[in-house]
This record gives sequence, C-alpha cells and structure tokens, in this order.
Amino acid sequence: MRALAWHGKHDVRVDTVDDPGIVNPRDCIIKVTSTAICGSDLHLYDGYIPTMKAGDILGHEFMGEVVEVGAKSTLRKGQRVVVPFTIACGSCYHCGKHQYSACDNGLPADNQDIAQELYGHPMAGLFGYSHMTGGYAGGQAEYVRVPFSDVGPIVIPDGIEDDKVLFLSDILPTGWMAAENADIEPGDTVAVWGCGPVGLFAVQSAFLMGAERVIAIDHFPRRLQLARQFGAETLNFEQTDIYDALMLMTGGIGPDAVIDSVGLESHGLYVDNVIDQVKVSTFLGTDRAHANRQAIIACRKGGRVSMPAVYGGFVDKWPLGAFMEKGLTLKTGQTHVQHYLPGLLQAILEEKIDTTFLISHRMDLEDAPLGYQKFHDEQNDYTKIVLKPGLNG
Amino acid sequence: MTESRDDGPVVAAKKNADAMTRATIPNAVGNSALARAVTINRPVAEIYAYFRDFSNLPSFMENVVRVTVSDDTTSHWEVKAPGGTTVEWTARLTADEPNALIAWMSEEGADVPNSGRVEFREAGARGTIVTATILYDPPAGVVGKLIAKMFQREPAIQARRDLRRFKQLMEAGEIATAAMNRKQFEEMGL
Repeated sequence: MRALAWHGKHDVRVDTVDDPGIVNPRDCIIKVTSTAICGSDLHLYDGYIPTMKAGDILGHEFMGEVVEVGAKSTLRKGQRVVVPFTIACGSCYHCGKHQYSACDNGLPADNQDIAQELYGHPMAGLFGYSHMTGGYAGGQAEYVRVPFSDVGPIVIPDGIEDDKVLFLSDILPTGWMAAENADIEPGDTVAVWGCGPVGLFAVQSAFLMGAERVIAIDHFPRRLQLARQFGAETLNFEQTDIYDALMLMTGGIGPDAVIDSVGLESHGLYVDNVIDQVKVSTFLGTDRAHANRQAIIACRKGGRVSMPAVYGGFVDKWPLGAFMEKGLTLKTGQTHVQHYLPGLLQAILEEKIDTTFLISHRMDLEDAPLGYQKFHDEQNDYTKIVLKPGLNG
Repeated sequence: MTESRDDGPVVAAKKNADAMTRATIPNAVGNSALARAVTINRPVAEIYAYFRDFSNLPSFMENVVRVTVSDDTTSHWEVKAPGGTTVEWTARLTADEPNALIAWMSEEGADVPNSGRVEFREAGARGTIVTATILYDPPAGVVGKLIAKMFQREPAIQARRDLRRFKQLMEAGEIATAAMNRKQFEEMGL
C-alpha cells in the first residue's frame, strides 16, 4: 500500500510499504477514505518529538471502511467508522473511569519504558506519533490496522459525508474537552490562545457550554476571522498587547477561564520565547511555552486554566508563583476521545456543531508531502488539509 | 533516641536493599534483588490460577522459551540469554497458598541461581495487586549484568515488561503490539 512516512525533520514521503493485517483478535483493518494532517503532526515535522524512526507512518485523524475483522472485533465488513487517535483497551481501571487516554494497556509493554521514566507512568497508545506512544503505524495511508476495534471506532450512519464526521477522531473532542476542562459557568468570559482547529472547536464548545464571551487570540487573520464567525471577539497578538487588552475588556478582572491550545511551539518574539528557542535548539529544554505563561498571568484570581495543547517535556520560567498566589486550577491531558464520541456524533447529526468550515484544502494522499509543507509554511490559508487516497484517480 | 521508622518496602531502601530483601525470603538463593508490583483489574482467583499453571508463563514472559512442569512442586525452565544462548534451571516450590502466594527456589546446578515469591492480594474495585520479588545471581557477575542490560535481557527490565504483558493478557485478553501484520509480529517477537 501507499503511506506517508517520516524520514527526518521537514522530510516526509509517500512510500510503498507492506499492507497491514489482523494480528490480535480484537483488531480490524480499515481502508482509509479520509485522513487529516493535524497541527500536532507539525511537531513531528519540525523534529520536536523524540523517538521517531525513519519510515514511521504518520497520521492520527482518519476514518474509513472496515475491510477485515479479527475474531473478537464487534465491527462488520463494510461499516464506515471514525477511529479515535488514542488506542485504549476498554478493560483496565482507567478505561472503566472513561479516562481512555490514561489506558494502562494501549502501549506495547516494551514501549512503556520511556513514558514510565519520563512521566512516571505509561499512557495510552497513539496512532502515528513516535515510539514513545507505541510505534503504531498511522492513518495517512491506504489501510490501517486498528487495535481494540470493539472499543474505539464509532460507526457512522449511511448518508453522512466524511468531512462532517472526520474530526471526531481528534480535534473536535479535543476542543470540546478543552472547554469542559475550563469548568465554564453561565456568564463567564473565556479566553482561547491559538485559533488552530482545537482552539476553534474550543470556541464553539465554550459558547455551547454557556460562556457569555469568548476572546480568541492568534496572529493569522484568516483563523481569527473563523473565530469571529462563531461569535468570538478576537485579538491579534502582533497588533495588540494581550494582557492590557484582556484587562480593559474584562474591567480589570481577567478571563474567568483561559484555554491554551497553542502548545510547545508557541510563536512570537518575546524574551521568554527567544530564551526557550535557544534552549530548545541547544537541548537544554524541550518546550516553548509563551502562550501558556501569558494565559496564567491574564487569568482572573481563582480562575481555571485548561490546557489541551501538547507539551512533551520540560519548561523553564513557568509562573508557578502566579499560579499558586492566584489560586488557579489547571486541567489538562490527552483527550479521552472514546468518552465523547457518541454525544458529539449526535451533536453533528443535529447540526449543533459545524466542522466542515475548517477544511481549507482537500488533497490526494500522494500529495501529502506538499500538504505538510503548505500547512507548515502557510498557516493563514491552510487551516486544515484533508487527504483522500485516490482523490486524483 | 528512637529509631527512624520507615514503612517503605526494604527492596526500595537506598542502602543494603539486596541483603535486606534476601533476609525476607525463606530458602533464599541469589544475591541481587528486584521487586515490581502491578494492579490487574480481574479477580484474584483468576489471576492466581493462570499464573499457577506454569506452562502458561511463556505466553507473557518474553524470554521464557519453555516451562516443563515435572510434578506438583518442580518445574524445568529454559530462558533466552544474551548472545543467542539459553540458560536453564529446575525450580522447586517452597510455598503455595492459593490466591495469596507462590514462592520458589532454584535447585543445585542452576545456570542462574534464583528464588523469590509472587504475592496476590485482593484490591477491591481495582482488582488484584500482584507483587513479584526475585533474587538472582546474574551470570558472570557484574559484567554479565551489564551485557544483559545492553541486550535488554536484564531481569529487572524483563520483570517489569513481563508483568505489564501479564496485565494486558488478563485485562484485555491480548497483548498489545504495534506490529502491522503477522509477518512483522513474528520478526518483533512477543
């Protein structure tokens, strides 16, 4: 089959590789019909995520048709499914509590060592996202082996086009959980750093959860325009001092909840960011976190910090003092996708949530390397690329 | 002066952990100690029964090639060692309390003299806590241990991974693998 493989920093290629097949009884194989490039794939593209190997197949947002099932899969051939990016067993203590991204058994035993050393505990497996998260082949491919297929994939009713439901795989539930983690109360003002897909879904979700005002922060005009479509007020950090603006807009109180959907590659020319940049390039630290610092400083006293953004290692100069003195609460984590799927599919079917607005480009899987380059270099215009195997025939 | 009280398991002590752990094992054989605990979300009777049938152990113990059960108390073990070699020993049960404890010691002539115990403890809604404590003499002493570690066959690493696989097998009914297909699975091993 054809698949998009990582070969190094800014080097991804579509290679011909072996077809996947059933290995364990709970597996299924799906033929991919749509797969997206995620903002977090750019962290791999930029070489920030350790434990990548040349030839690793990328992609963790995908859906398709079931073409093969293991003896214990509950799926049937021909069903259309969206697959969660988190690989979870459904039977451990954490899955029982719907903390799917903390699944004990999603990672192969040998791959658990790194996370155990680095984080204290191994987490769930992820598709196409380094060997630290399992070394599973991803979904930017013609076919994918899906483990624990009786727990993860959600069946899509006939007649619903791929583009409407594809983002159930990651960014929609991630944006939703980000808003949920902000513990929004009616009348709240919520500030969202980063108007990438997760930030934009967090904006929509925050309003659905009762936020009175949502203030969205980015520097790409097109992305800020999309946030405005959903009723957000917007701030461009290249034009406006964010702290001053937020204080004036909230009468000096600050946002009741802040959402950092930027993460470890925070942009902008700030002193702390430049120092982080130097440290990252000299391996003294791994994560740049300017947006996160700014969010904590702006958040109102006793407010909530929600962090859907991806961080992998350590940050310096994190404002722990401000965090403690102001009595903030932080909620974060990889998304418990499986927990949110039924409710969010229903919301899409009832047209309470729109997802297709996000897609700026559709490309053939064969053009995926160009897609990565465009998504990386032209973030204003390329808000979301969906790859379709065989699109160009 | 009162003695400083510490509830930490002796195997986690910063000093003399090996010797203090050895003192807790009746019929101790081997001088290096390791211990690992894992909580498995299944009833204790099920966990104990699967483990007690030693012929099951190669299904999750990656380096154990074969366990031949000779009688109620003795079994013969063949285990992969670094450099494509195999080490063997005969193990004799020194304690067997259903749903609670299995303890063993290797007999004279073992390639890797060892002993230890596996405890099973009911943990309410969380299932069963399985704690393995193992004493062993690494082949060729410190150098052998270093070589084994390089080849990832160091007993501490192996015990940690084997317990994870045991948990996966009991909870999920299968052992997680990233292999894309059967061919890759055979190449990767367990």
